[in-house]
Amino acid sequence: MSQSFSPPAARKRRQQKSVEGTLDTAFGWAIGDPKSMIVRAVFCALLLFVFAGPIMTIIVGAFDLNPDPTALTLWPHNPSLENFRVATGRGIWGYFANSLFIAGFGLLLQIIVAVMAGYALARRKFYGQTVVLGIFLATMMLPEEVVAVPLAVVLGDLPLLGISIRGTIFAIILPVAASAFSILVMAAFMRDIPEEIIEAARIDGASEFRILLQVILPMSLPALGVVAIFGFNGIWDQYLLPLVAANRTDDYTITVILRSLRADIEVGTGALLAGAFLALIPSLIVYLLLQKSLVRGMTSGAIKG
Amino acid sequence: MTDISSASQPSATSAAGGTPPAAPRRGRVRSQSRWWSAWMFLAPALLLFIYFKFVPMGEGIRMSFQDVSPFLGNSWVGWDNYTTVLTNARFHQAVWNTLVLGAGQSIGAVVIGFILALLLEGPSRTLWFVRTAVFLPVVTASAVVGEIWRIIYFPSPDGFMNKLIGLVGIDPIRYLEDTSVALYAVMTVGIWSSAPYYMVIFLAGLAGVDRSLYEAAAIDGARLRHRIINVTIPALRPAIMIVSILAAVRALRIFTDVWVLTGGGPAGSTQVWMTQIYTQGFERNNLGVASAASILLLIASVLLTVVAVYFTRNKEGA
Repeated sequence: MSQSFSPPAARKRRQQKSVEGTLDTAFGWAIGDPKSMIVRAVFCALLLFVFAGPIMTIIVGAFDLNPDPTALTLWPHNPSLENFRVATGRGIWGYFANSLFIAGFGLLLQIIVAVMAGYALARRKFYGQTVVLGIFLATMMLPEEVVAVPLAVVLGDLPLLGISIRGTIFAIILPVAASAFSILVMAAFMRDIPEEIIEAARIDGASEFRILLQVILPMSLPALGVVAIFGFNGIWDQYLLPLVAANRTDDYTITVILRSLRADIEVGTGALLAGAFLALIPSLIVYLLLQKSLVRGMTSGAIKG
Repeated sequence: MTDISSASQPSATSAAGGTPPAAPRRGRVRSQSRWWSAWMFLAPALLLFIYFKFVPMGEGIRMSFQDVSPFLGNSWVGWDNYTTVLTNARFHQAVWNTLVLGAGQSIGAVVIGFILALLLEGPSRTLWFVRTAVFLPVVTASAVVGEIWRIIYFPSPDGFMNKLIGLVGIDPIRYLEDTSVALYAVMTVGIWSSAPYYMVIFLAGLAGVDRSLYEAAAIDGARLRHRIINVTIPALRPAIMIVSILAAVRALRIFTDVWVLTGGGPAGSTQVWMTQIYTQGFERNNLGVASAASILLLIASVLLTVVAVYFTRNKEGA
């Protein structure tokens, strides 16, 4: 639109600029040049095939009546829900519900814990602050893999309480409920909220919890987005923890049960793909909803442990 | 709101870098007097960390010096478990496999991630769509990634990958069942699922490269190859450093990919440190030996992190 109104000189400059579009990207992609466009389109198609293709075959395959694993396809030949019927017979929805409940409840707890700890770190001055920060950073060195073996023992006999939470969803939820990454993201964000706003609320007689809930939290939505996407992905991707925290296979999550579904020769690839589809969809939805937050979290330099 | 979000980004860096938080401006006497309320806010996080990180770590150290048997009671065995781990041929193979897999996967993913960033850099909506789609493997759970690749790698001649390499005249391969191929098949999956992650970090770095440098290179008549080597890569050095450390530390504790794809087989050819720990701890119930191996893994990853942080700090200072 603006192009048609631009004087000839400006248009000429823009044209020259578009050939020089080669200076806008590291690879020197020319914007107007057809040859450059075609090369780029070919690369894009290839990358889509390599990276998104396999994900698409899960979605397509789950709704396709394909009895054998050599028939990977991007187009359903016999659309049907048979795969889900077979998978239902193996109790797939129960495992799916386990996963959803763990991810939902775990994420909620993780957010609450991160908001509270982040607030204390960012807005309060107290003795031992550096030590607390050091403890949080140290936990980043202790990923669940490293403590998996002793954690399984501890879950079976909680110190002081002397109870076992193995085989309950709490055995998976509680270990992921505190995340140093989430706390640090919240703290970094809350540190930049102007003191005057909080001070004003304090003068109005608001309690600490009320300040946090009604003043700071609404201003921290971007940070909550980052915590939500990283937290969800982290919990949904858990494999070792649900594996060692379970007493029976009924306690498994959907990601863990896929392996048994595959080993079950009676169900076939179709039902496995239906299970994989269910294990894929929630993370796909969360990703598409919170994509901006994900990129923000990754590129802000906050290192994921 | 947008202003706040953009202003907060640099400080996220400083928090993760371990800088102590900036002292808040002096509050009123009233807020100062309630110092204990900070601990009330910190309590849930600290309790959860103590219960599920530090107590297990302490328990792990204790068990690593014990012969753990639930019915007879534990007995102290000194360094025996460590000796077992360090002299066990399976653990030797696991160390080697972990190093090969870790190095190959880290370097592969960083290089491919960089190439992806170069190919997909640009402001157009189509490119944004392609980037979004290419990123999908990263957000897909490892277990799902493993299952789909098992199908792609189906060993019969009409398996998907075999049909694909058949097009260029290569004979069918039994990817996950051939002891000389399996580790590289696993490596490929690891690269596939992590390269797009590094792509996003590199894209952010590319956006910050000074465009006048490209102009200067063009005026000097530098070829594309020289421009990338002499301008782009030096500008991205900090990002490359961070990404490589991240990749290497992650690679040490790789578990799910291997477990789902091969379970450590065939004949231990893809057995890595974590799968070995799992086998010892949960399938053979050798909790003492598995704990000793876990502590060694912890020491290795702490050392790697410290060395890496030390070197990057030094580089920045110079």
